[in-house]
Amino acid sequence: MRLITYIAKRVGYTVFVLLGLSILIFTLARVLPGDPARMALSPRAPEWAVEKLREQLRLNEPLPIQYIYWLRDVFSGSLGESLVTRRDVLTDITEFLPATLELLLFALIFDVIIAIPIGMLAGRKANTWIDNLVRGFAYIGVTIPAFVFAIIFLLIFGYILQIAPTVGRLSPGVMPPPRITGLITIDSLITGNFSTFVDALSHLILPSFALALGPIAQEARITRASVVENLNKDYILASISHGIPERLIVLKYLMRPSLIPTVSILGLDIASLMGWAFLVESIFNWPGMSRYGIIAMLRKDLNAIVGVVMVTGLVFAIANIVVDVIVSLLDPRIRMVERAK
Amino acid sequence: MLEKLKDLGILSPRKAEDYKKAWYKFSRNPLSVAGLVIVIVVVALAILAPYVTPYPHHAEYYVDFANANQPPSLAHPFGTDQFGRDVLTRIIFGFRYSLMMAATVLAIVTPPGVILGLIAGYYRDRWIDTVIMRIADIFVAVPPLVLALSICAVLEPNIFNAMMAVSLMWWPWYTRLVYSMASSLRMEPFVQAAEIIGASKIHIMFKEILPNCLGAILTKVTLDAAWVIILGSALSFVGLGAQPPTPDLGTMLSDGAKYMPTIWWITVFPAIAIAVIVLGFNLLGDGIRDIYAAEAR
Repeated sequence: MRLITYIAKRVGYTVFVLLGLSILIFTLARVLPGDPARMALSPRAPEWAVEKLREQLRLNEPLPIQYIYWLRDVFSGSLGESLVTRRDVLTDITEFLPATLELLLFALIFDVIIAIPIGMLAGRKANTWIDNLVRGFAYIGVTIPAFVFAIIFLLIFGYILQIAPTVGRLSPGVMPPPRITGLITIDSLITGNFSTFVDALSHLILPSFALALGPIAQEARITRASVVENLNKDYILASISHGIPERLIVLKYLMRPSLIPTVSILGLDIASLMGWAFLVESIFNWPGMSRYGIIAMLRKDLNAIVGVVMVTGLVFAIANIVVDVIVSLLDPRIRMVERAK
Repeated sequence: MLEKLKDLGILSPRKAEDYKKAWYKFSRNPLSVAGLVIVIVVVALAILAPYVTPYPHHAEYYVDFANANQPPSLAHPFGTDQFGRDVLTRIIFGFRYSLMMAATVLAIVTPPGVILGLIAGYYRDRWIDTVIMRIADIFVAVPPLVLALSICAVLEPNIFNAMMAVSLMWWPWYTRLVYSMASSLRMEPFVQAAEIIGASKIHIMFKEILPNCLGAILTKVTLDAAWVIILGSALSFVGLGAQPPTPDLGTMLSDGAKYMPTIWWITVFPAIAIAVIVLGFNLLGDGIRDIYAAEAR
């Protein structure tokens, strides 16, 4: 019951933050120097065309009025027309978002299943060559930005070794499965189309791995530090002296408290994944919302920019609430604090 | 914990002896020293770029198609790009833009971010705390890169606007950092003692609380320098930051990416250059953190 009130509170606050974000991004998009309508069209476009667009975007109205119109449209299920695709931005985003979510999901899976084991291993073997190897890897992951990894992967695995596809979500000629969730891997499994699943998976590997490397490095470092800290605690010593097998100690007593910091910074990982997705999707021609966002930005497509930022904020907020709930389930102390309030 | 820190006088070094102690601790870790050396070398190269580079005139508009796309050789250690410009020269000039970006953004962002954090932290649970921190929450509601990209998108793409865009979204991180420290420091006996003797609010915030936050701020500034450089190169890479022919590392990467994989040197060397600066600032930042944090345990 407490958890539900907690989630309800968080959702309420998220609504406030997203409203604030919409005012921020809406104002920035219109107050910053430059005429959005002129920028959207070419510099040589005739004045009447610019004026028409200005009228259409309601740029001649005062700013608060423009915002209220925008908000009204949002509640009636429209984010305005995209200047690039000439469709409603919401239609565009619902089409492209699943591809981004699929990419983020796989990057996150890679992050968790790689970072936790190597972090725990490095922590248990602290100050050995294994630990140093993990530390070295972590420095590489932290210092090389995801888009550079993307280019390097493209070069090595795509062109030189040619072992993984580098463009899009499916090979040409492969029929996408009927759209159920929009995530090709899941849809193809539901419909039992295994070869499509394998093809989709092979397309996911390079971009999601390029995205995941930074977070993997970060998480491995955090996990290592908390394993080292917990290993020195009395309860571990007590369990060792009770003669509990090491495997059991690690899996049952060490893992849960050690993973709390790891899970709590997943929120930061998600921020980094969502941000870099904008570049990585463009590099791999991944037809997701982030690539759509970059195209919109380069073409000064105001409605699409605002829409993409808002949806990014929404996904980010939901992800953060989920992460916080998982942390509170892992750590009873946090629940106690909540209850005490 | 704080008591212990103050006894050791290490929380924020003020005397010459403290600095000596801090340097001793810093210099014990070879990685931190390596970071410092990298940063010093990069800064020196950037400042002296016109004198140390083999072809300073290649930094701007310059076309020599006869020597275009040359692989690395003695004359051009990192090869030449599609216009026949020396890649090494352009990378060293590129350091200038990266460092300028980091210095400008952090100089703009740190003072207001820190001051807002101090105010909100000291007046915790008052209306001003709520206002400042809720606004900060709005700025961090989207990943930093996304906000920076979208602000850049509505501006003319150039390096100055990229700096402004990054600055505009960066301050809340400092506010949040200082807020969390200030709101716990204000409960410390020395702050309450100052309040009892009637010290002014300004004195308490800037002379009592702020000095104790400096270590964390300095660490963050160093680590953030790396972050801003990455962000700046990402903006240029997309085409929303520095524009050609500016020798920006991000612009060079995106130009070169088109010629991959045959003409790999146009892309690979700027990528390594970014990694080197970022590594330098990261190692330096970790070293600075250790000076302050080692005693905290």
